[in-house]
Amino acid sequence: MPDRPVTNIVIAGLGGQGVLTASDVVAGAAFRAGFDVKKSEVHGMSQRGGSVASDVRFGGKVLSPMVPPGEADYLVLLDEGQLEANRGLLRPAGTLIHPALVRGVRLASKRSLNLALVGVLSARLDIPEQAWLEAIRAGLRQDLHPINLAAFLAGRALDTAPA
Amino acid sequence: MAPGLIHSGHLLASGDEAVALAALDAGVRLGTGYPGTPSTEILEAFSLYGGQAQWAPNEKVALEVAIGVAYSGARALVTMKHVGLNVAADPLFTVAYTGVTGALVVVSADDPGMASSQNEQDNRRYAVAAGVPMLEPSDSQEAYDFTLLAIEVSERWGLPVLLRMTTRVCHSKSVIGTRGPAPPAPRARFERDIPGRVMIPAFARRAHRRLRGQLAGIEAWNEASGPNLRVHGSSRLGIVTSGISHVHAAEAAPEASILKLGMTYPIPMARIREFAGSVARCVVIEEGDPYLAEAIRAAGIAVESKPEMYRFGELNVGRVRRILAGDLSPESETPAGTPPCLCQGCPYRVVFQALRDLDCIVSGDIGCYSLGVLPPFEAMDTLVCMGAAVGVGLGMRHALPPEEARRVVSVIGDSTFVHSGITGMVEMAYNPPPSGHLLIILDNGTTAMTGLQEHPGTGRTLDHRATGRVRYDELARTLGIRRVHVLDPTRDPAGFRELVRQCLDSAELSLIVAERDCLLAAGKIRAYEKCEEPRA
Repeated sequence: MPDRPVTNIVIAGLGGQGVLTASDVVAGAAFRAGFDVKKSEVHGMSQRGGSVASDVRFGGKVLSPMVPPGEADYLVLLDEGQLEANRGLLRPAGTLIHPALVRGVRLASKRSLNLALVGVLSARLDIPEQAWLEAIRAGLRQDLHPINLAAFLAGRALDTAPA
Repeated sequence: MAPGLIHSGHLLASGDEAVALAALDAGVRLGTGYPGTPSTEILEAFSLYGGQAQWAPNEKVALEVAIGVAYSGARALVTMKHVGLNVAADPLFTVAYTGVTGALVVVSADDPGMASSQNEQDNRRYAVAAGVPMLEPSDSQEAYDFTLLAIEVSERWGLPVLLRMTTRVCHSKSVIGTRGPAPPAPRARFERDIPGRVMIPAFARRAHRRLRGQLAGIEAWNEASGPNLRVHGSSRLGIVTSGISHVHAAEAAPEASILKLGMTYPIPMARIREFAGSVARCVVIEEGDPYLAEAIRAAGIAVESKPEMYRFGELNVGRVRRILAGDLSPESETPAGTPPCLCQGCPYRVVFQALRDLDCIVSGDIGCYSLGVLPPFEAMDTLVCMGAAVGVGLGMRHALPPEEARRVVSVIGDSTFVHSGITGMVEMAYNPPPSGHLLIILDNGTTAMTGLQEHPGTGRTLDHRATGRVRYDELARTLGIRRVHVLDPTRDPAGFRELVRQCLDSAELSLIVAERDCLLAAGKIRAYEKCEEPRA
């Protein structure tokens, strides 16, 4: 699939919300689906409750690991307050995925909001469900699998809009 | 144990993990270093995969240990962030003279844009200054390939090799294929070579000439068959680039011809000259200092360098497009996100509150507690480099008028103290200011900032096994510092503040060890300690 266009995703939130876990799952799923993948973020000071953003790009061939400004197809916010800082990354016709979308979903833990929003995102991407489930199992500790798989599937069921 | 994500024989790995995988495949005998973003994960991954990895007290010691490994004919990996190489610079410059018998790979992980650093120095300058060959990977595959190549080059020419990475190479994940085990290193053995290893002036003069000869040999190899990639494109635009800048440039200008350099010291100038001559316009795209552009121009080759405004911060696809378009208009500022802060419940909050209440002049240091500078505390007045809290505080005590000198306090974390605060404490005992001094060690039992690494003060090794432990209070008493207090500041915040006041009023030398486990580490520390209990 070398000619497949690159899909650009930015996931943003606050330190401790699971931004990096979410982007690991997205990158892992795309990788398992056979795409070239690059994922990038900055660790460090940002982990002390400050803003964290992670870029995932997948397609036939990915060059830069960073989503160029204004070229994100999807902006996934784990914290509504991060919109202002990241709005400029989203392309004009891009899709915003944010916590209000899963307001109606009962999450077993607030900490699985990240996976619920990844679920919403997953419904719009051309990646088989099996790849998602494997990526979640590989990326999270085993005792966390049930609540996170449940959150992912609940988010995925909410929005089945085609990509 | 290899990393989890494997698909069709490929892995999704970060640049740091890729270096660790290559070290494992190359049979690296020992990996050592000091934690520092963005390099920390290399040794953690190497240990996880089954390699022998250990944290040193600081980068200088780490490099010296690695030199010993490489003198013994084995393969050594030493990792650090860019500013760590400043600490390790002393051995670096001279091991270039002595050379090595085995392999010595020095990883410098630079942080352009300062995601988590106090400066954005460009360590490519070190390769030139020390005379050490340098490789610059641009993604995880190259991080893997170039680590193996660094070992080959090091063994072939008997020199240390600098593997210069940057934040986006270290922390980005991309797909890699590995090669399996490399040919093993010869058995480690001691070989006496006094003129080659003992750098008294008479031997060092000879060694310097040998080094320049070796570099000339590497330069010729780099010209002929170095890891340099030529992408054939338009003859109107040519780009000379290296490292992460390569992928940004390839995306920003898909039509361009590109000469992507994998080994950027010694620079393959003949290849660059030929390339520049083959295109109508030749632009050097590089992050940080105009290192390549200056060298290429000095060689009399006409190339464009980026405008000065692009020296600052990281490059990305958008900024490379601007450079190519000659766009000098002000860049739109990224809106500030939520700033980080000391965790709610962090034991250091009590300390900074006390220092603020007492209107102290705080000479601070590098770590989580640097966040004491931000609201609501704003209780840090200086921050220079690892360990500087002590010396800078002492200097202010010497120079300020007595009523101000009395308010000066040096504040340093436990890992930072072991890294380079100990010599500061020796200075404090040796040249005490007339007003005395107060040193506070914030001992949260871990290297918290970089992700909870062990250090000599925790009494546990990199993989959390029990070992010898540095005792700060005993060290201070040995140096003749009589006022030594070890306490948990959170038990009685008012009492802690009173103790600080008394120390300041005493005009003597005082050490307070404010001891309380980091919130994020406390559970793990309890689990490690449980494992250490003798088994029946």
